[in-house]
Amino acid sequence: MLEIRNLHATINGKEILKGIDLTINDGEIHAVMGTNGAGKSTLSNVIVGNPAYQVTQGEIVFNGMNLLEMNTEERANAGIFLSFQQPVEIPGVSMTNFMRAAVNARYKALGREQLSAGDFLKLMREKRKLVELDSKLTGRSVNEGFSGGEKKRNEIFQMAMLEPDFCILDETDSGLDVDALRIVAEGFNKLRRPDTSAIVITHYRRLLDYLKPDIVHVLIDGRIIKTGGPELALEIDEKGFADYTAL
Amino acid sequence: MRNNQYVDFYIQVRETIRQHSCTVMNARREEAFRVFSANGFPSIKTERYKYTDVAQDFAPDYGIRLSADNAAHTEYCRPLSEADMDTEPYYNRIADTDDSIVALNTMLAVDALFIHVPRNTKARHPIQINNILKGQQDTMSNRRILIIMEEGAEADVIITDHAADQQHFLTNQVIEAYCGDNSRLNLYEIEETNLMCTRYSNVFIHEGRDCSVRHTVLTLFNGHTRNACRVRMAGENSATILNGCVIADKMQRVDNNTLIEHMVPGCSSQELYKYVLDDSATGAFAGKILVHKGAQKTSSAMTNANLCATRQTRMFTQPVLEIYADDVKCSHGSTVGQLNDQALFYMRQRGISLHEARLLLKAAFITEVIETIPLEALRDRLRLVVDKRMRGELSKCEGCRLC
Repeated sequence: MLEIRNLHATINGKEILKGIDLTINDGEIHAVMGTNGAGKSTLSNVIVGNPAYQVTQGEIVFNGMNLLEMNTEERANAGIFLSFQQPVEIPGVSMTNFMRAAVNARYKALGREQLSAGDFLKLMREKRKLVELDSKLTGRSVNEGFSGGEKKRNEIFQMAMLEPDFCILDETDSGLDVDALRIVAEGFNKLRRPDTSAIVITHYRRLLDYLKPDIVHVLIDGRIIKTGGPELALEIDEKGFADYTAL
Repeated sequence: MRNNQYVDFYIQVRETIRQHSCTVMNARREEAFRVFSANGFPSIKTERYKYTDVAQDFAPDYGIRLSADNAAHTEYCRPLSEADMDTEPYYNRIADTDDSIVALNTMLAVDALFIHVPRNTKARHPIQINNILKGQQDTMSNRRILIIMEEGAEADVIITDHAADQQHFLTNQVIEAYCGDNSRLNLYEIEETNLMCTRYSNVFIHEGRDCSVRHTVLTLFNGHTRNACRVRMAGENSATILNGCVIADKMQRVDNNTLIEHMVPGCSSQELYKYVLDDSATGAFAGKILVHKGAQKTSSAMTNANLCATRQTRMFTQPVLEIYADDVKCSHGSTVGQLNDQALFYMRQRGISLHEARLLLKAAFITEVIETIPLEALRDRLRLVVDKRMRGELSKCEGCRLC
């Protein structure tokens, strides 16, 4: 699904990623854990093509495509989805118009027929229920006046609408209470197909208890310094990163 | 080109104009001629014209119509020559007679439209006036409208400007609106012309007490436009709202100039003007709120917010408060910003193209003004028109057989 080789990236001239190698196969869930500022969010931004970041070295191959030659929207339409750590509020752009533009673009890329207005609204209703998103919210502007939890649910709702092949959940658990976390995590589990892959970025074990990663990576100072099975997450949850940062 | 091509022209045709016009208009014509020939066009050194080169806009050799138009007659609307009351005390009285552009209109206008809503009468339907610029030669029109809202009268008046032909059209419009005590006037001006059109508009509104006046000016497509709106609040407890929105790209220019005068205590005024500029468009907004001595308990807020989508756009903004009373609440603010990069990235991550994402953000910025419009049908139509305008599909107005 995704192959990252020797990835270096900078923002405003400062090197954040210092050589990342990562292979994710179809259907695998990888957790990336690490201290604040280690480069976790940079990694996700670089994969989805945030123009604020510059890749200085290395490559990313997604289902045979050279991602670094594709712009942000081409990557999205190829099936890459980022659940934002801090979803942006866009006053004046209605959720419906926003979602319709996104779904139309994705369907076009998939070679599917465009949905009629009626079918589109039906799909919105159906997917909304999955993450228990209030119907009032889909009538509003994108993320405007949403609580922290609602914003995160809205991210998973958008994921449901766009049916990506590869998802990045960037601290989707932050700011969520226990119930909201369960709804979001179960929503994700219901959505994923057997071949859907994901990177889950988190500081905590709680989300991983629901999502059950196959592989766990520890990212410190722009490098993956340890990779293991699910037990690594338990270890970090108990001991913290002290053992790694001391290295 | 000399200013006085209009002076020479007037001297040649004044008799023809007089014959085709009416007594009330002729009575003020020579005085206007004197003002115009003495002052000529204002230069950019004149404060309120500093963002618009008037002489250049009026320089081309335009044809000028010298006969009266067959304006439509409806319940509340007729030619001034057929007015159902004595209009002499109203015509060219609240207009700024020292302003050369206004004087030029008074000097050359052959006919005027008269909107009269009698005492305690509510016009059930909006009064819509569509101006369609047509013709096979470059033409200047001097449009004149007199609105009298008697005490307790209510009306929505919608004035639209369209251009049906690809010619240079220059419109010089003067509107005077008298709002009697406890009257309600919603005046809309919507411009959807083309790049070859130039528009000058001077709107003068006089309010009595307990009035509710709303003026909304929308420049959706144009060439060069200068809109001025002056409101004098002469009676207590009245409320004025001036809203405007501008969508401009290519080499379009739009200049809005407003003045609200609080003459007496206890009135409120609000202004919201939003501009979306793209390509090499230029925008200007100069708004002034003047609170006269003794106009205590005035409440006033002015906002001008602007979005410059490229580095080549230029926006000039000048919000001014001038206050001679000591117990008032007044605010003014102005912003000039760019498209939000984070919002663009968010939308692109959802697969929306950069082009489409920019469109959505630009339309969203303008939406705030459209949503203030109380007439639901107009609001719905404008949402559609704004979307089409942003997509570059607005060349012909939809459903109109004339254009």
